[in-house]
Amino acid sequence: MTITRRGFLKFAGLTGSALLAAGARAPAKAATAAAGAAADKEFFGMLVDTTKCIGCRSCEEACNARNRLPEPKESFSTDSVFERQRDTTPEAFTVVNRFPNEKEPDKPVFVRKECNHCNQPACATACLVKALEKTPEGPVIYNKDRCMGCRYCMLSCPFDAPKYQYNSPSPYVMKCVFCHDRIVKGEQPACSEACPEGASLFGKRRDLIEIARERIYKEPGKYYPHIYGEHEAGGTEWLFIGSAAPEKLGLRDRENVGTSSYPEKTAGFLYAVPHIFILWPTFLFGLSYLTSQKNGKENEHGEE
Amino acid sequence: MERNNTIPLHAAKSPTGADTLKGFLRFVLSELKPKGKIITPFNVISGIIIAVGLALIVIRFAFGLASVTNLSQEYPWGIWIGFDVVTGVAFAGGAYTLCFVVHILNFKKYEPILKATVLNGFLAYCFYAGALLLDLGRPWNVVNPIIGNAFGYSSVLFLVAWHFLLYTVCQFVEVFPAVAEWLYWPKVRKYAKLCTTGAVIFGITLSTLHQSGLGALFLMASNKIHPLWYSGNIPILFFVSSVFAGLSMVIAESTISHRVFRDQIDPHHHASFDDILIGLAKGALGALFAYFFLKVIDFVHGHQWTQLNTPMGYWWMVEMIGGIIIPIVLFTYAILKNNRKLVQVTAVITALGVILNRLNISVIAFKWYAANRYYPSWMEIWVTAAVICMEIWAFRWIVGRMPILREHPDFPEEEHAHPEEAEVVKWKASAM
Repeated sequence: MTITRRGFLKFAGLTGSALLAAGARAPAKAATAAAGAAADKEFFGMLVDTTKCIGCRSCEEACNARNRLPEPKESFSTDSVFERQRDTTPEAFTVVNRFPNEKEPDKPVFVRKECNHCNQPACATACLVKALEKTPEGPVIYNKDRCMGCRYCMLSCPFDAPKYQYNSPSPYVMKCVFCHDRIVKGEQPACSEACPEGASLFGKRRDLIEIARERIYKEPGKYYPHIYGEHEAGGTEWLFIGSAAPEKLGLRDRENVGTSSYPEKTAGFLYAVPHIFILWPTFLFGLSYLTSQKNGKENEHGEE
Repeated sequence: MERNNTIPLHAAKSPTGADTLKGFLRFVLSELKPKGKIITPFNVISGIIIAVGLALIVIRFAFGLASVTNLSQEYPWGIWIGFDVVTGVAFAGGAYTLCFVVHILNFKKYEPILKATVLNGFLAYCFYAGALLLDLGRPWNVVNPIIGNAFGYSSVLFLVAWHFLLYTVCQFVEVFPAVAEWLYWPKVRKYAKLCTTGAVIFGITLSTLHQSGLGALFLMASNKIHPLWYSGNIPILFFVSSVFAGLSMVIAESTISHRVFRDQIDPHHHASFDDILIGLAKGALGALFAYFFLKVIDFVHGHQWTQLNTPMGYWWMVEMIGGIIIPIVLFTYAILKNNRKLVQVTAVITALGVILNRLNISVIAFKWYAANRYYPSWMEIWVTAAVICMEIWAFRWIVGRMPILREHPDFPEEEHAHPEEAEVVKWKASAM
């Protein structure tokens, strides 16, 4: 009878763990599927040529109007905002910052900042309800009805792009969604449409990399030979080129964003899950069986 | 054969009257009333903390997170996650560690403190999950990852959430025999007992994964955590540290329980208590050693010698020396000298070290470069204290009513769990 009970438990445990292992295998699969999709899909992208930007902030204004964001305290025509480095906020999905120009000190450099729309976004991988999703077109969009507000996307994002409405009793994650609805309709995002200088160039990512390479190749004196976003964090849809090294243009957050994709960082752990689900219960049942056998014998000896 | 289910017990109507729905409700309602003196210093102080805490929680839900917390765009996770969840869950690790020792390794010596430890783990999970709801921006959507409204399989947090939930169920199953004894449901108790082994094995597996999963959450923050704390081994480090965090918590908690609930504990167990504490200290020492070596290997592999001579480096050494090396030395000495007092003191030091480590990873060494650092507001700390007080109240309520620290006189712990073995004993007894 003992053996039947043990047999039953063993059966129940192993079936359960096998089922769970099958379930647990899915995350690993999902992670690689995303990677695969990113590799062979031609995403849309944005090439920001910081040498062309004049700091007019038309992109900010267009973004504000397009996303129906609240009116900012300082109007879009004031230059005083350049006196400090700004970050995006829940009310401003893109901001332009001013940096000193080492080559021509009287001509400062202006650099946009917003969500970089990674090829394999950390935020979408981190989201446990798929509120943040990588679309086949490239933009990383936000489904606010799914979000439960854990803010793991904010912790995960190497660029700190997602921002949060801390003052709302019913808050959302706010960030640039690359005007996804416009892109699906065949239009370009509001910001690049508004740019008078063509500093934000919208197109297929592959083409944009070609254009960026060509510009750097043709004018080696003008450009620093690096396309920021080509490999950073596994590659991003937004690409930046400019006259100085990325870290001088506020582009390298903490200098260690790295070139590997962020979902890969947790893939190893997730791959280990099914193994533990198979091996641990088996090991524990075995150990439990052995130690209880031993105890049984000791008891018998005790009786004698 | 059915020693614990003798005829009178089996057939008897429950003396509590809890075998009908009406009787059950009446019994539970009568048990809800407080026992003993109501106005005690502890009750007054903790009562005030809880009352103010509840008011703060109302404010938080009415006006948003910013009204109570110091969270910012730079620091999405504050101490409600960093302390309540990331640290609290480590301390709840005592439950699975002791389950492993008692149920899997069959060291029955630790059985007297097992029920209280598992209950503590269960309550910790319930209350930390509750505290987590406060931190969520849209807590009403917390069911989404459970009911399958878009499963984020690729998320470590998805895994942690599910394991959290399932492990809480496992712990409930492990605690349930005591609930059944309290309600006087012998049949239900019998079936609940049958589920224990399954729940224990499933529970240990889940614990392994979500204790390490909590660490794996921070793998994605690789460029935000100071290199001395960030490591690809964070999941393993979290798992190993949960073992000594849990054990030192068990030492501290059972020390307090032994004082506060002295009348509940039978003298035999009281006598074996020193022995149990020394044994737990040995376990904690082993895990501390493993953890220390893992940390050293990480440090050497990362070539982080230059980091040591910086303010963050000094802080790292405080954690390493104060939280790991000193406990190792003290535990070793206490075990050699059989010194219970020193074991208890060292357990507290170890627990503080774990708190320091978890807060370092989640808050202090997180964005150590930021211009505007995060400091918890007094309100965040207050709510955390209120959650801890509520948990203590719940623990006290349960221990005062259910057979957790003591044994129910009608349900003695069977020496021979298997009927066949009981048969053998009977047969041998008759042969004599």
